[in-house]
Amino acid sequence: MSAPAASPPFIGRGLRRREDLRLLRGDGRFIDDLSRPRQLHAAFVRSPHAHAAVESVDGARAAARRGVVAVLTAEDIRGEIGPAPMIWNPIGTEVLVPDSRPLMGDRVACVGAPVAAVLAEDPYTAEDGADAVEVQYGPLPAVIDPLEAMDEGAPLVHPELGTNVCFQTSMGGGDLDDGFGRADVIVERTVTNHRVAGVPIEPRGVLAEPHGDRVALWTSTQTPHLVRTYAVRQLGWDEGMLRVIVPDVGGGFGVKGNLYGEETLLAWCAHRLRRPVKWIESRQENLISTNHGRAQTDVVKIGATQAGRLTALHVKVIADMGAYHLLFTPSIPVTTGVIASGCYAIPALRTDMVGVFTNTFSTDAIRGAGRPEGAHLIELMVDQVAAELGRDPIEIRRLNFIPKKDFPARLPHGPVYDSGDYEASLAKLLEHVDLAAFRREQATLREAGTNRGIGFATYMEACGLAPSKLSGPRSSGIEVSFWESAVVRVGPDGAVTLQTGACPAGQGHETAFAQLVADRVGTEPSRVKVVWGDTDATPNGMGTIGSRSITVGGEAAAVAADRVVAKARRIVAELLEASSEDIELREGRFSVRGSPDKSMTLTDVAHAAHVTDRLPEGFEPGLEASCFFDPPGFVHPFGAHAAIVDVDVDTGRIDIVRYLAIDDCGTVVNPTLVDGQVHGGIVHGIGQALFERVEFGPQGQPLTTSLLDYTLPTAAELPDLELDRTVTPSPHNSLGAKGAGESGTIAATPALTNAVIDALRPMGVDFINMPLSPEAVLTALRLASTGRSPRA
Amino acid sequence: MKPPVFDYHDPATVEEALDLLAVHGDDGKVLAGGQSLVPLLNFRLAHPEHLIDVNNIGELSGIKRDGGRLRIGALTRQSMLERSALVADNWPLLTEALSFVAHAQIRNRGTVGGSVAHADPAAELPVAFLASDADFIVKSKRGERRISAVDFFVTHLTTTMEPDELMVAIDVPAPPEGAGYAFTEFARRHGDFALGGAAVLLAAEGRTCTSAAVGLLAAAPTPLRAAGAEEALVGSELSQDGAEAAAKRAVEQIDPTGDIHGSSEYRKGLIEVMVRRAIEKAAGRLDGDGLGFSRNGGGGR
Repeated sequence: MSAPAASPPFIGRGLRRREDLRLLRGDGRFIDDLSRPRQLHAAFVRSPHAHAAVESVDGARAAARRGVVAVLTAEDIRGEIGPAPMIWNPIGTEVLVPDSRPLMGDRVACVGAPVAAVLAEDPYTAEDGADAVEVQYGPLPAVIDPLEAMDEGAPLVHPELGTNVCFQTSMGGGDLDDGFGRADVIVERTVTNHRVAGVPIEPRGVLAEPHGDRVALWTSTQTPHLVRTYAVRQLGWDEGMLRVIVPDVGGGFGVKGNLYGEETLLAWCAHRLRRPVKWIESRQENLISTNHGRAQTDVVKIGATQAGRLTALHVKVIADMGAYHLLFTPSIPVTTGVIASGCYAIPALRTDMVGVFTNTFSTDAIRGAGRPEGAHLIELMVDQVAAELGRDPIEIRRLNFIPKKDFPARLPHGPVYDSGDYEASLAKLLEHVDLAAFRREQATLREAGTNRGIGFATYMEACGLAPSKLSGPRSSGIEVSFWESAVVRVGPDGAVTLQTGACPAGQGHETAFAQLVADRVGTEPSRVKVVWGDTDATPNGMGTIGSRSITVGGEAAAVAADRVVAKARRIVAELLEASSEDIELREGRFSVRGSPDKSMTLTDVAHAAHVTDRLPEGFEPGLEASCFFDPPGFVHPFGAHAAIVDVDVDTGRIDIVRYLAIDDCGTVVNPTLVDGQVHGGIVHGIGQALFERVEFGPQGQPLTTSLLDYTLPTAAELPDLELDRTVTPSPHNSLGAKGAGESGTIAATPALTNAVIDALRPMGVDFINMPLSPEAVLTALRLASTGRSPRA
Repeated sequence: MKPPVFDYHDPATVEEALDLLAVHGDDGKVLAGGQSLVPLLNFRLAHPEHLIDVNNIGELSGIKRDGGRLRIGALTRQSMLERSALVADNWPLLTEALSFVAHAQIRNRGTVGGSVAHADPAAELPVAFLASDADFIVKSKRGERRISAVDFFVTHLTTTMEPDELMVAIDVPAPPEGAGYAFTEFARRHGDFALGGAAVLLAAEGRTCTSAAVGLLAAAPTPLRAAGAEEALVGSELSQDGAEAAAKRAVEQIDPTGDIHGSSEYRKGLIEVMVRRAIEKAAGRLDGDGLGFSRNGGGGR
């Protein structure tokens, strides 16, 4: 757990979260804790049909109810609110964009699409009003399965587009024909990655209030600046007209890293009605009409030599877009293609991606966003290759790892992986689990009727979304640049304020950012105030998405702090009559090299910077600096996970006996926070593998509309998680940090799936797709007992 | 997620509650623990015009032994029953059933009578009472009725109670001397409604089964007694083969409703496994020794 030698003392320490005091005392302020005088409450009327013409919307009965102030329909916002933005426009690829508005007018293409909003004096009346709105629908044929949606003659989700194929693109490198030509075995599987929901414990919520000609918009989001930028674009307003404020956020998991129609519409309502308007999403709405994710079918073909060398990989990604785009919808599967070859040096690979519209709610980023799908498919396939060759899956992994000496490693399809030591991480995992002993135990248990299995996942991912040259309009096609910015200001009394564009959703940014700034400027973390989540009070940021806060936003803060220190040294040099090059900062004191008795603290320097009569003529007062940080490349965390499971072959129940995770996210700023992220990530992956699935009926009716049916795992279903780490710093930021928010989610699903296959292999189960529900397990066993494989 | 408008009534005595039910019973609902009713209101799946809140009627709450029988006030919280030493010592099937009921917070509010009156076939208490040959005591202005559990459940969420009737108590006979018991259940997550389960009470002389009660959870639109399994057990020797045969008989006639958590076919197989495990476990708990046989995973979950 050692930080780079040059690091001062606060980085690397598991300081307690400073956020927790207020949260545990009930002093947190989430969106539903906020009220403004005279506020109205909004409730939405949403389509119960997966596809229908909206023949009429009659709000008269609703409007007549006591307490209902307005009933809004598409007609009211026509010409006022533009189409929902989607920001992926890759060069050379046509991406079809259906028209989507906060209130839909002529036609609705999924259940949950809003057709009317009722504003009332209290939330009960608003819901009563929404119940009273009369909508006539003319049901249209719907298509729910993306594979069926690609069939000739399938119902069109958007008839005006003429096709259900949203886009097609490919990436690749190396000679695929040669690679498969050299292979002794070729293994083909269809790997499904089913649709899941993000399910933050706090659902979405918005409160908009007119402030003169401006609007203040409180919203539960991961990305306040993106909300501002794209909401005003949709509204046709100047950016200065909208101030976005983020209170405490009870989890995001990707689904709050977006712009939703409710945000734009409420800003407009507040501006138009001159009254505050509030909307709190219900859990039912959260499960139906907050973005879903994954929803991929990956048709995979992989080649290997008899000696176990992987020679070629071809993946066809079929990605379900849902009916409408959110900001990033069609771009998500591209990251699957980027990391599809995982930790392995595969000389030739190609990924063909197709995005398909269906009459379901939009997909977009959920924790991992394309990378869990990539890691899942390659980690399953490596095990499948090992089984085909009769080899140990650990051995196949080791044979094919990109070796440590090859970093930075350029992959055949273009990406450059910054740093890695995959062998070390696997070796550390095997220190914690004695595989030979496990196999003996497994055999003994089997005799006694217990079916135990072990599964591995050695994963890598790409995160720290930012490098503008690699993720911008001319490369990835995303129309913005994902740098981060920060301002560090030292007040006259030496108190430090960091204003960051990064925006936490519960991760503990205030704690971690204070640690790294404190180290850089030579003060205590308690003297560093962290300001976030207000577009009027912070510099621009692209939000907390893609495990990027520390590596991009944290580095911006660190560099701004360094710039403050550079100025501080000049001040100290003036006052101590030395050259600024000779001023060193050590243990909180600025002193002249060689004369440690002459020194100043940051507080002394800050005072001098503000009470400036001792400074020379023309010396600019103040002690602050900013930084816009645009890293040279992505960072690539990696690790090795193992799951040990027992499978009850009578009921299909899977019990996780042990779960071990070795993660490498480079330099660790706060190990407690990182462990928390890894814990949450693994649980998220366990949830997808064993419990969670967004389900629709044949006509597109959502079937998982409460937490009774959308079965998030609870503490009772989870094992103790055994964590350890290796530290391989990234060269792309001075901290050496990578990212930690998504790694657990990325690694867990293949580890668990491989473990279940390992447990059931003696019964003939050689492959299984998620979700590993009890019935899916029994179905696989039944198929295997009749000599068939559940592989598709 | 906000309930529709309703009128709220807060009677302090059973008499007052019965007066209100006599007037509003047809378009009213009794609010006890609210653990099923309030979600139904919030989803707007129920639109009662009157809610009659019985939480302040102290006389409806309590657990006592009455002769050899157990009398549980309808308003008794599930957690109170769960923690009762009297119940654990003498009616341990109920205690074991409660270990599968939802979560601590829900058991703290949820009432015993509420669970019975709600009549969800996947709920634990109705099946445990059915296997225990319990009677349900209901009252109205017209008088008091004692309804045996076998006659109480009509179909999903429907009972033979009339709209003006209030459940006041559950009356449970003592299990046979030396009986073995077991409650097994399988759910996706701990605390979820069961995908399948069984409640079993067995008595034996030597190895021969002298009485058997087998209740099935989530097998039908109502809690169910598996007459076939009981027949197969009584008079036969308790054995692993016997348990398997009885479990097969238990599911012969059932056609559980499938959903996203498990098809009908899956649930049928699961219930068979749960019955087998419950019989094995109950036999293992009979007074006297030599009947303990169990295999791996004897527990339900």
